[in-house]
Amino acid sequence: MRMHSTTRLAAVAGAATLALTLTACSSDDASDAASDGASDTVTLVTHDSFNVSPEVLEAFEAESGLTVEQVAPGDGGALVNQLVLTKDAPLGDVVFGVDNTFASRALDAGVFEPYTPEGLSDDAAGLVLGDGALTPIDMGDVCVNADTDWFAKHDLAVPTTLEDLAKPEYADLLVVTNPATSSPGLAFLVATVGAFGEDGWEDYWASLADNGVKVVDGWEDAYSVDFTTSGGDRPLVLSYSSSPAFTASDDGTTTSTTALLDTCFRQVEYAGVLAGAENPEGAQQLVDFLSSTAFQEDLPGQMYVYPVDPDAALPAEWEKFAPLAPAPFEVDPADISAHRDEWITAWTATVVG
Amino acid sequence: MTTRRHLPGAPRAGRVLAWRTGWVLAAVVPLAFLGLFFAWPVAALVARGFVADGALDLGGFADVFSDPRTWRIIGTTLGQAVVGTVASVLLGIPGAYVLYRCDFPGRALVRGLVTVPFVLPTVVVGVAFRALLATSGPLGFLGLDQTFTAIVLALVFFNYTVVVRTVGGLWERLDPRAEQAARSLGASPARAFRTVTLPALTPAIASAASIVFLFCATAFGIVLVLGPLGYGTVETEIYVQTTQFLDLRTASVLSVVQLVVVAAALLVANRARSRRERALHLTSGTSARSLDLRTDAAPLAVTAAVVLGLLALPLGTLLVRSFEVPDGWGLDNYRNLGTTGGANALSVTVWEAAANSLRTAALATLFAVAVGGLVALVVSRRPRARAGRRALAVLDSVFMLPLGVSAVTVGFGFLITLDKPLGLDVDLRTSGLLVPIAQAVVAVPLVVRVLLPVLRAIDPRLREAAATLGASPGRVLRTVDLPVAAPPLGLAIGFAFATSLGEFGATSFLARPDTATLPVVIYRLIGKPGAENYGMALAASVVLALLTATVMLLAERLRGDRTGEF
Repeated sequence: MRMHSTTRLAAVAGAATLALTLTACSSDDASDAASDGASDTVTLVTHDSFNVSPEVLEAFEAESGLTVEQVAPGDGGALVNQLVLTKDAPLGDVVFGVDNTFASRALDAGVFEPYTPEGLSDDAAGLVLGDGALTPIDMGDVCVNADTDWFAKHDLAVPTTLEDLAKPEYADLLVVTNPATSSPGLAFLVATVGAFGEDGWEDYWASLADNGVKVVDGWEDAYSVDFTTSGGDRPLVLSYSSSPAFTASDDGTTTSTTALLDTCFRQVEYAGVLAGAENPEGAQQLVDFLSSTAFQEDLPGQMYVYPVDPDAALPAEWEKFAPLAPAPFEVDPADISAHRDEWITAWTATVVG
Repeated sequence: MTTRRHLPGAPRAGRVLAWRTGWVLAAVVPLAFLGLFFAWPVAALVARGFVADGALDLGGFADVFSDPRTWRIIGTTLGQAVVGTVASVLLGIPGAYVLYRCDFPGRALVRGLVTVPFVLPTVVVGVAFRALLATSGPLGFLGLDQTFTAIVLALVFFNYTVVVRTVGGLWERLDPRAEQAARSLGASPARAFRTVTLPALTPAIASAASIVFLFCATAFGIVLVLGPLGYGTVETEIYVQTTQFLDLRTASVLSVVQLVVVAAALLVANRARSRRERALHLTSGTSARSLDLRTDAAPLAVTAAVVLGLLALPLGTLLVRSFEVPDGWGLDNYRNLGTTGGANALSVTVWEAAANSLRTAALATLFAVAVGGLVALVVSRRPRARAGRRALAVLDSVFMLPLGVSAVTVGFGFLITLDKPLGLDVDLRTSGLLVPIAQAVVAVPLVVRVLLPVLRAIDPRLREAAATLGASPGRVLRTVDLPVAAPPLGLAIGFAFATSLGEFGATSFLARPDTATLPVVIYRLIGKPGAENYGMALAASVVLALLTATVMLLAERLRGDRTGEF
């Protein structure tokens, strides 16, 4: 039996050596790859919702001769903050997924190398930020969603506007998310700033609070616990304009929820070449690809967002269940950047107390 | 040592030197690992918060501490950690007794079951708890939704197993004769427990309590999901300040606060341990006896209540709901695990993620057991010099720190330090190796805590006797330390594996889309609308739970085989 114990000791001691060796080995591999093919690889820094059809990506790789690597260190504010912190040694060549509620922080920190693809549509060109540093890629609307079955059953009209949500007949029916911890929560806060102005939005939230709005920290929590479609007791929930497509019936003719299109804020996601990129040419090609028709038309099916290119074809059922708001509330990204933190603080004081 | 001095000779002296060098290396290798993959990243990030325009700026302390909210947050954190720890320990001790000191059919299964919560992704548990406790849920009448009590219940749910296993591991091999002697001398069972068994268990209890305290103080996901609105702890505040506001000045002050709290807790635990720690009479076999329904009624009732009410109910709800599909019941959620989810929610299928998880966890376990094993071995020595003992106590505590420091701080710290570390021409931040390394950093403290009480309990006279009889130091280690340490080594491997399987915090900052692990894909699935994705998240959680239970059962089996051998 001593055999066993000896083997065990050897295993433990050996493991330590192995650990060090492994680290050493992998460093060699990686550095070889880096020196051999620096110009063949382009690294995309993104959030973990990034998806692209394999054949679309492969076509780009074949055509450009590039290999696309992905890293996904976070999303929303976390992604931008990581870009700011790693400015001197960027995580990759291109970033995709910076949105208009956080873009200015990254722009102010100077993490981008300006580059705008040629031939952008007018709509897309109008959304470019930071003197060409950020190219718009996709967009989606954050809106209040309603459980239409619940409203039908309770013989109550589905509310339509932000003002409706503060009316007594809709008391204790709405659940939203905390802007300090949730990106749709922040978008909705910005929507109310856009709707009621710098001087009016806090009063609006005070009236929502009086009307029994419920606040939870995360979207998953609101949608899968509190929303009535998941067995909760709130038939109004903060979500996306595309969410009703997920509650469509099997035959695809009806859906049990609807987005209130007069309560929305439009989130635009951007891509940009990172300053200090190891492969700046490859980075530009990758941004071109993200703006190309092939990728734009791939977006709805892969990431459930709208392409910014109005000429890109949309899936048929999108018009029906996932419409964009005709006139979402707008706030200048520079304003958002300048006031976001104080808004969140004021919101917390008003709603949380 | 004295005996060795009587046996002079050149080869002997050379060997002693080699032996000493060996011990130094055994301490240096783990320290280098911890330094590179924990201390440096954390220090670098915290330092950024204290440097403004190239100059040291400690004004953040005054600003943060003058805000009454800070004190409220610190109070909440301490309250949550203390209540969570006390509840876990009080409920866990009877559990350790029933599951390790008593024998009954199905014991291995129950032992596996209690481990499962430990690795479940917090967001899934949070949602499962809320589904039970929400006003519209089956336990809504309790009025516990989004309360402090709900958080404490969830903390016990996660940490019960830490107490049960750490205490049980020692209790199981405690020689029962001391307690039997006390009984035959007329002590009541309660008195025999209080005066004989409890003091012997104190090191293990202190050990478990310190781990649980760190877990409770740094709990993140469940605090967000289950806590009342506006409820904040140091951990959630660091997260918000770092990822939302990028206010590193505030985050750094809070990180220092976190370190101070954690260090103080470890100091207290160390005191409690060392006061009680002494050689125990351990048996290498298990001393479990059959469960006696009459005399064991009280611990059995407590354990049954916890296992059935607090563990099995939420787990059962999770299991049942994983079979719920839009038009009734079925296996669709499990069939979907081979896909990337509704509307392509994932970049890999859940099965691919499961394979990633297993690969990563195997590597992480290797690192954690190697590093943690060396630490436990070094720390278990009893140098004669006071300074030497102090140094070992510090070493011990230092390796516990990763459990008490925010995953956000570590994750962001990695990003700013590990591009081409130590002059290597490799960006370690985006290399696949960093994920298992980060998981190992968190698993090392558990390995140490499992191995150390057992190694420390070895009577030093056994080693001295072996040496006197002419055994070389290596042979002493092999024949005295190893046989005792071998059974808990299986447990340590199981814990390390389970920890890496469930690790989410640091992994979420480091995992690449194509190497996403199970907790990462579960988190993504639950973050997408649609019954299909929610169902898949539940099914994937069940898969994760089963994987964990299997690993722990195997680890148990491993130690079962060993115990008979020595």
